[in-house]
Amino acid sequence: MSAALAAAAPGAPLRRISSYLYGRRGLYLALLLAPPLLWLGVVYCGSLLALLANSFFGMDEFSGMVKREFTLRNFVELAAPANLDVMVRTVTMAAAVTLGCAVIAFPIAYTMARYTRGALRAAFYLGVMLPLWSSYLVRVYAWKLLLAKEGVVNWAFAQTGMSWLLEALLAVPGIGGPSLSISSLGTFIVFVYIWLPFMILPIQAALERVPQSLIEASADLGARDAATFRKVIFPLALPGIVAGSIFTFSLTLGDYIIPGIIGDSSMYIGQVVYLQQDTAGNVPLAAAFTLVPITVMAVYLAIAKRMGAFDAL
Amino acid sequence: MTAAVAFEQVSCAYGAVLAVDRVSLEIREGEFFTLLGPSGSGKTTCLRMIGGFQFPTSGRVLIHGADATRLPPYERDVNTVFQDYALFPHMNVRDNVAYGLMVRGVDRAGRYRRADEMLELVHLPGMGARRPSELSGGQRQRVALARALVNRPRVLLLDEPLGALDLKLRESMQVELKALQRQVGITFVFVTHDQQEALSMSDRVCVFDRGRIEQIGTPEEIYDRPATRFVAGFVGAGNLLEGAQARALAGSDAPVMLRAERIRIAARGDAAGPGRRAVNGVVKEVEYLGAFIHYIVEVAGGTQMLVNQANQGEGAAQRNFPRGAEVTLSWMDAACHRIGAGAG
Repeated sequence: MSAALAAAAPGAPLRRISSYLYGRRGLYLALLLAPPLLWLGVVYCGSLLALLANSFFGMDEFSGMVKREFTLRNFVELAAPANLDVMVRTVTMAAAVTLGCAVIAFPIAYTMARYTRGALRAAFYLGVMLPLWSSYLVRVYAWKLLLAKEGVVNWAFAQTGMSWLLEALLAVPGIGGPSLSISSLGTFIVFVYIWLPFMILPIQAALERVPQSLIEASADLGARDAATFRKVIFPLALPGIVAGSIFTFSLTLGDYIIPGIIGDSSMYIGQVVYLQQDTAGNVPLAAAFTLVPITVMAVYLAIAKRMGAFDAL
Repeated sequence: MTAAVAFEQVSCAYGAVLAVDRVSLEIREGEFFTLLGPSGSGKTTCLRMIGGFQFPTSGRVLIHGADATRLPPYERDVNTVFQDYALFPHMNVRDNVAYGLMVRGVDRAGRYRRADEMLELVHLPGMGARRPSELSGGQRQRVALARALVNRPRVLLLDEPLGALDLKLRESMQVELKALQRQVGITFVFVTHDQQEALSMSDRVCVFDRGRIEQIGTPEEIYDRPATRFVAGFVGAGNLLEGAQARALAGSDAPVMLRAERIRIAARGDAAGPGRRAVNGVVKEVEYLGAFIHYIVEVAGGTQMLVNQANQGEGAAQRNFPRGAEVTLSWMDAACHRIGAGAG
C-alpha cells in the first residue's frame, strides 16, 4: 500500500495543485469566486453604471447623436404628464398582477405543501414549471388567440349564457376594450398566467418549512382551522409571499412584450424604454426611464426587508 | 370514579400497517401514566389518538367518560407537549404561552397576566419577551409546558418531551415534571422509550410492543414481575433463562427472569450462605461503569450470565474480579421470577 501511495504522490501535477491549495483557503476561495465576480462586477454592475451615466447625457437635436455632457433634461422630461401616466399605469399593473398571482398561487402552493407527496407532488411541480420550459412568446400568442373575440374564452361565456358578464367587464373604463385580447384586463390575465410559477414556488417552499406539529399545536390549544390559518399558517407563509411578489412585481415592471401583444394601445415603462432606445434612438431618455423601475424596486425591497421577507433565506 | 382516559378495543392502521392493535386501557384521574415501548410500538399513536391528531380505525376513545373517538383536537379538554415543542417561531414566549387563551377570546391584559403566571410556574419568570429561537432546549421545553397548561386541561399529554435534552438536564427535568404534576394535580400521560424515565416518574407504566399492550402496572410490578419475555428484556438488565437453562439454574419449567443486580459474585469456594443457589463460572467480560461493574460470567452448560455488582471500592469485603477469574455466582430463589407460560 505504501508503495502505491509513494508512486502516486509526487508525480501527479493535479495532486500537487490540490495539496498546495489545501492549506490556502483564501487563495482557493479567490480562484472559485473570480469568474462570477468578474461577470457580476464588470458586466452586470458596469452596464448598470453605464446606464446611470447615460441618463445624464443629452441629445443633439439636429444630428440625433448623444452629447456626452452632464444635463438633467432627461429627468425633467420624465416628469411630463404623459410619462407620469405610463409610470402610474405600470406600477398599478405590477401591483394588481402581484395581488392576482398571490391569490391564485396560495391555494396551489398550500395544496402542494400540505396534501401532496411523492408522485403527486412531482406532478404538481411539473405542472407549475412546465410552462417555463416552453417559449414565452408562444404562450403569449396562444393567450392572444384564447382571449380574442373569436377565441375560446368568449365562446365559453356565450355557451354558458354569461356573455352579459364579459360585456359588463369589458365596458368598465380603464380596464375594458373591444375584446379581452385588446384590453388592460387581458394584459392583466396574461401577466398573472406568465408569472404565476414565480409566486407558487416561494410560497410552497415557505409552507413546506412549517412543521405539521405547529398546526397540531394550534388545534390542540383550541384554535379552529380558520384561526390556525390566520394566526400560524399565514404569518409563516408571508415571507414566501413577499419573496414571490418581488418576482412578479419586478418582472411586470420591466416587461415590454406582453403589453405589446395583448392589450389596448396604452404604453408601459418597458415599451417606452424600448421605443426610446430603438425607434427614437434617444438612449439617454431610455436610460433615465429604466431608473424608474430600479428605484421602485429598491423601495419595494426595502419594505420587504422590513417585513422580514429575507429572514428565512 | 370515571377514568380520565379509556381505550375500548382501539385499533389504528396506517395503510396496511396496524400501528395499534385492539388496545384497551384505563388511565385514572390524577395519575402519572407512562406509555413505554420501542419506536414503532404504537405508543405515540395512542397518545395522538387521545390528543385527537389521529382517529382510531376502530374502537372507542373516552375522555372523562365522554366519547371522544372522532372529536377534533380543539374540542378536547386535553393539551399536548410536543416532542419538538412546536413553539410558534413568529411569536415571543408570552404570546406562545397565551395562544390558547387568545384563540378562546381572552382579552390581552387577562391572557398576559395568566401567561406570566404560567412562566412563573415553570421557573421562567421574565422571559416573556424573548423569541423561542433565543432559548435553550431546556427553556423551550418549559415554555411548551407552560403553553400546554395555560388552558387548565384535565389531562396533559407529553410526547417524549425530554428526548432532545442532555442527560443531566433530562434527570433534573424528570424530578421537576413529577413535582409539577403533583402541584397541578392533573392526569399526565407520558410517552417515552426510556425505561429509566418511565420507572422513575410514573405511577403506572404501560409497556407496548408491536401495537399491543404487553403489561400495565406500577414500576415495581413491571420491573420485578414482568408479565412477558418482552417486558423482561425491555425493562432493566437481567438474565432470561429458558428451557434447559431454567431447569438447571432455577428448577423451573417456565422461563425465568433473574435480575443482574440480584446475583452475588464471589471468589470460587467462598460460602454462598443459607438459602442461596450457587453455581460456578468464569468471568468472560468486565465492564467498568463507575458506580457499577457489569460482568459476563460463563457458567456450567455454557450459559452466559449478566451480573451487575455495586462498586464498593478497594478494601471492601466485596472484591472486583478481572477477566478470566474463577468465581461462584449465587442468588436467592425468590430472586427468580417465573414468566407466565401463556404470555410472551
